[in-house]
Amino acid sequence: MAVVELDNLVKDYGDVRAIHGVSLRIDDGEFCVFVGPSGCGKSTLLRMIAGLEDISGGELRIDGARVNEQRASERGLAMVFQTYALYPHMTVRENLAFGLENIKTPKDEIKRRVDDAARMLQIETYLDRRPKQLSGGQRQRVAIGRAVVREPRVFLFDEPLSNLDAELRVVMRGEISSLHHRLGNTMIYVTHDQVEAMTMADKIVVLRAGIIEQAGAPLDLYNRPVNQFVAGFLGSPRMNFIEVTVVSAEASGVTVRDAAGNEYRASVTGDGLAGGDAATLGIRPEHLDIAETGGHPVTVLSIEQLGGDSYLYCETKAGTKLTAHLAGQTALKRGDTAHALFRPDFTHLFRGDNGLALARTVVGEAV
Amino acid sequence: MFRFLTRTHGRGKFDVIDGLTAVYLLLAVLLMFGPILWVALSSFKTEAALQEYPPTLLPLAPITATVEGYEEPLQLFRVTGGEHEGKVLAQIRRVGLMSQMVDPAAPAERLQINIKDRVPEREFALALENYTALFERFNFLLYFWNSVFITVIATIITVIFNSMAAFALSKYRFNGRTMVFVLIIATLMIPPTINLVPIYLVVQQLGLINSPWGVIWPAVATPTGVFLLRQYMLTIPDDLLDAARMDHASEWRVYWKIVLPLAAPAIAVLVIFSVMWRWNDFLWPLIVLNRSEQFTLQLALNAFQGELQTSWANLLAMTILTLLPITVVFAVLQKYITTGIAQSGVK
Repeated sequence: MAVVELDNLVKDYGDVRAIHGVSLRIDDGEFCVFVGPSGCGKSTLLRMIAGLEDISGGELRIDGARVNEQRASERGLAMVFQTYALYPHMTVRENLAFGLENIKTPKDEIKRRVDDAARMLQIETYLDRRPKQLSGGQRQRVAIGRAVVREPRVFLFDEPLSNLDAELRVVMRGEISSLHHRLGNTMIYVTHDQVEAMTMADKIVVLRAGIIEQAGAPLDLYNRPVNQFVAGFLGSPRMNFIEVTVVSAEASGVTVRDAAGNEYRASVTGDGLAGGDAATLGIRPEHLDIAETGGHPVTVLSIEQLGGDSYLYCETKAGTKLTAHLAGQTALKRGDTAHALFRPDFTHLFRGDNGLALARTVVGEAV
Repeated sequence: MFRFLTRTHGRGKFDVIDGLTAVYLLLAVLLMFGPILWVALSSFKTEAALQEYPPTLLPLAPITATVEGYEEPLQLFRVTGGEHEGKVLAQIRRVGLMSQMVDPAAPAERLQINIKDRVPEREFALALENYTALFERFNFLLYFWNSVFITVIATIITVIFNSMAAFALSKYRFNGRTMVFVLIIATLMIPPTINLVPIYLVVQQLGLINSPWGVIWPAVATPTGVFLLRQYMLTIPDDLLDAARMDHASEWRVYWKIVLPLAAPAIAVLVIFSVMWRWNDFLWPLIVLNRSEQFTLQLALNAFQGELQTSWANLLAMTILTLLPITVVFAVLQKYITTGIAQSGVK
């Protein structure tokens, strides 16, 4: 059982406020991912939970008990670092055993737990090696093993995969997910990679500049981003945005027009919008259809053909760059004129004044 | 070994630059090692041989022979002039400029030889009594023990104190950290002689005069050591310390189990320095230690130089014995300095 509650947490570095009052509840057994651009405070937040950074204000509770004043060593959490932080002068076995020795676990119990963890993570064969004799993936496993043997209340991961190559990252992603299923512990995972966030999380927390922008299930965030930042951050390639002005706004949908006079329709409630308001239209590359006729004409700037998928980089008449993700291959070439179809049920609309999203009446991708 | 010595600076033949390099290095070796070698060889000479002019490099002793009819062994000389030129004769006694000699082959006949016409016959011989006297007549082992005690204890305390200070200065953020560090470094600018009197007063008040601790305590906190270790510890990633803290390690365990082992190369350097400083220390022990049973080797060496006479043979022998331990320490630890610096588990 480990419920982590953040109650209006604040972190100040001198006069600079890095975390501006973050409140969040992470349920027992939940896989929670903090995601955001670099410098957004996600690592700081994790280190505050770990006890490696002092908490300047607010309260941190684990299982209902305030732990602000407890040292990192007393909180019963385990952390996997981006740099792995394996003790270079110890063998893998000693690395795994170090934490247990510190709490005076009996020798045979240490051995049993180390062997169990080693078997689970398939690192038995190099228990007697030093960290520098291991490859990146193996080190990563040892670092995770060091957390696992401790049987902590909560696992903390600080960008654990960012030092691995792309292929290994996918493998380790799966392993961490399956580890979570097997152990069922609460896990908090920090990453700047939104693919990791989407694939692993039960709950994603998107942070920007020390503030939570949105927290929720991955698909909720994907389907109903609360603002333009979250919409642009989740999804790859990022969502296309077009600066528009509102033509008409009704409860069932809004019609907007861009600088070149093209009109678009979005299935969102027009509450609080009036004709002439500035807004931003958003559509994800995978929802932008390219056709021979109809829709809005765009010029193809470049094409990336991956065989199974194609990415089209185009420009509208108004000079806005658009990316389209097509399944399969395409016969279009650079310089061609194509037609982009904006389906209203897949189109997002954000207010021009504060970037907040207008509630979608129909979510095309969830149907 | 031969291949090592004949290595060239580039591919191919031994050329002019290699020749110059070899000459230069040879000269340096001679310059550095020559005096020590001479001291070492001289330490095996008898007192009489040391006084000889011109001096010889090798320790040589006059050859003696037992001649029939004479009880004492007689010293042998080679005759270089006169009618007996080329013969090896034994000297019975010397009278003024003439010496009475005898041919060992014909012991009955006595010969008169001018002392200018003969040179002593000598052979290579080690005067080991120089060394044995140190143990028999002088209390070498006591001085040795005093020196070892001061050196070892002071070095251990130096390493512990300096590494703790360096740990705090490199890994903790606190107000005035830079100030403290600058102050420590600033003490390097104060010449030790200026500190002599104040430190003496403190040591005296603490009642440590004529005690090895009076030598040890003032020496253990060295700005050089703090600086050296701090700079090295800055290169230890903070993540390692944080990982240890997450692993329930107390700050003391972080220091003892993580920082100290990882700073081993820097500590080896400090150990070498500290051992050399304490072992070769002369002025401070001279002031603090007045009783001969507390003398370190350096003070004992000094004591050999009496006001009226100096026992050079024993002095040289003791010098060599004093040099040995430090040479061994250096030889053992120098390997440690060059290896292991690059070890790191952090990618």
